[in-house]
Amino acid sequence: MKKIEAIIRQEKLQEVKDALSREGIVGLTITEVKGRGEQGGITLEWRVGEYKIDLLPKIKLEIIIEDERVNKVVETICQSARTGELGDGKIFIFPIENVIKIRTGETLMSTRSGHKGE
Amino acid sequence: MMINSGDTTWVLISSALVMLMTPALGLFYGGMVGKKNVLSTMMMSFVTLSLISLQWVIYGYSLCFGKDVYGIIGGLNFLGLNGVGQTPNPDYAPTIPHIAFMLFQMMFAVITPALITGCYVERVSFGGFLVFMLLWATFVYDPVCHWVWGVGGWLRKWGVLDFAGGVVVHISAGISALAASLVIGKRKGYGKTTYEPSNIPFTIIGAFLLWFGWFGFNGGSALVSGGLAASAFLTTNIAGCACGLMWMLLSWNYKRPSALGFATGCIVGLATITPASGYVGALSAIIIGIVSAFLGYYAIVLRMKTGIDDSLDVFACHGIGGILGVLATGIFANKAINPAGANGLLYGNLNQFLIQVYATVIVAIYAFVATFILTKLVDIVIGFRVSDKEEVVGLDISQHGETII
Repeated sequence: MKKIEAIIRQEKLQEVKDALSREGIVGLTITEVKGRGEQGGITLEWRVGEYKIDLLPKIKLEIIIEDERVNKVVETICQSARTGELGDGKIFIFPIENVIKIRTGETLMSTRSGHKGE
Repeated sequence: MMINSGDTTWVLISSALVMLMTPALGLFYGGMVGKKNVLSTMMMSFVTLSLISLQWVIYGYSLCFGKDVYGIIGGLNFLGLNGVGQTPNPDYAPTIPHIAFMLFQMMFAVITPALITGCYVERVSFGGFLVFMLLWATFVYDPVCHWVWGVGGWLRKWGVLDFAGGVVVHISAGISALAASLVIGKRKGYGKTTYEPSNIPFTIIGAFLLWFGWFGFNGGSALVSGGLAASAFLTTNIAGCACGLMWMLLSWNYKRPSALGFATGCIVGLATITPASGYVGALSAIIIGIVSAFLGYYAIVLRMKTGIDDSLDVFACHGIGGILGVLATGIFANKAINPAGANGLLYGNLNQFLIQVYATVIVAIYAFVATFILTKLVDIVIGFRVSDKEEVVGLDISQHGETII
């Protein structure tokens, strides 16, 4: 199994969630984060002149998924989170050692469900 | 002496309007500081209301409006409001209860020191701040108020025109803010860190509540309900509008018209028209408002270049605004608007302009020197600044044990 961590725009969260749902991927965790990429932040206006915000608010999305569905998830996130402008975010993929469902204690490494159903 | 119920109503309502300005100032300032200092910044305004109201009743009013002592300070005859009753005091306002006049003036005494707090937010100890406020009200506000508005005060005898507090309120607070920020020094990381405003809507709500209160501030300074109050109300509104719009255009010309800039412009215009509000007409108010936007805007640009950390630009907004307003009074004052006033330079009276210049220079020097000494004194005796660690944590937690998150 793999963990997909995607940093996306705040305003794209709903679109990404909907697109993933259509692919049958329901289970996910999000965190509100701040970060900086190539964009390097934005400038805002003050009373006089401007000030720079170099850490922008983003959403971090975490999904645990079977190896064979990774490409589909990545593709779905890329399509639904993309605006084409700087600051669209990044996707990171990690190997997962094990997944244990707290309610039942069962090990999910060999099942298909991942986060599904939580 | 007959109490006029219309005049009394207007002055009481005006007192309430001016009272509203102090918590409004808390919102205005609170929205511009960082998230970890919002509560402490608002607290500075709110607490000033309580502290100075008591100071005023116990001895402040007497020092300002008591029996004159050599033109310098009021005597102690009104100590504890002794002799300040429900009958009018003909020296100050012959148609309203003496208590109503005292109350109206109380709210001015409260908001003036509260204005200064914007210069040292985010880095001073709450204890140091309280002691400083009390000392400043006693040794700067009370004498200056007596000089300009107290019967027998030497600037009043000279004939200085200050309808609602350009000298007494804005110059004294604005110049003092400069002195205090020089003594207290920069915030840690000033010039390197970005200070993001925590909540611009707070600042906008604060600005418009200040504007609302300003109708009492200037309109109420007529001390009667009638034509002059209406005229002051009008010029107040017009100058606020003109300065706000001009400020917006200046920032738009630079890049974009920020809401924070517009709100600031409105406040600068209102501060600037204050001394002139009861002596000039609407067209003069427009000119005063527009000029004040240029001076205020570029005063902030200049202040930023000097590296002086007057955090919320009290000097640029109130000091420069107050100076311009007092001088503009000497230019645009018109006896046709207020027969009790005088004509200004524009109506052939150079003398009035010179009086306004002298009053500005003298009060500015006095406020600067006195505040410099008082700030140093507080710093040496009890410590005005918080420790570096407390500053990093933020004053909300380190001074009050509270947080907005």
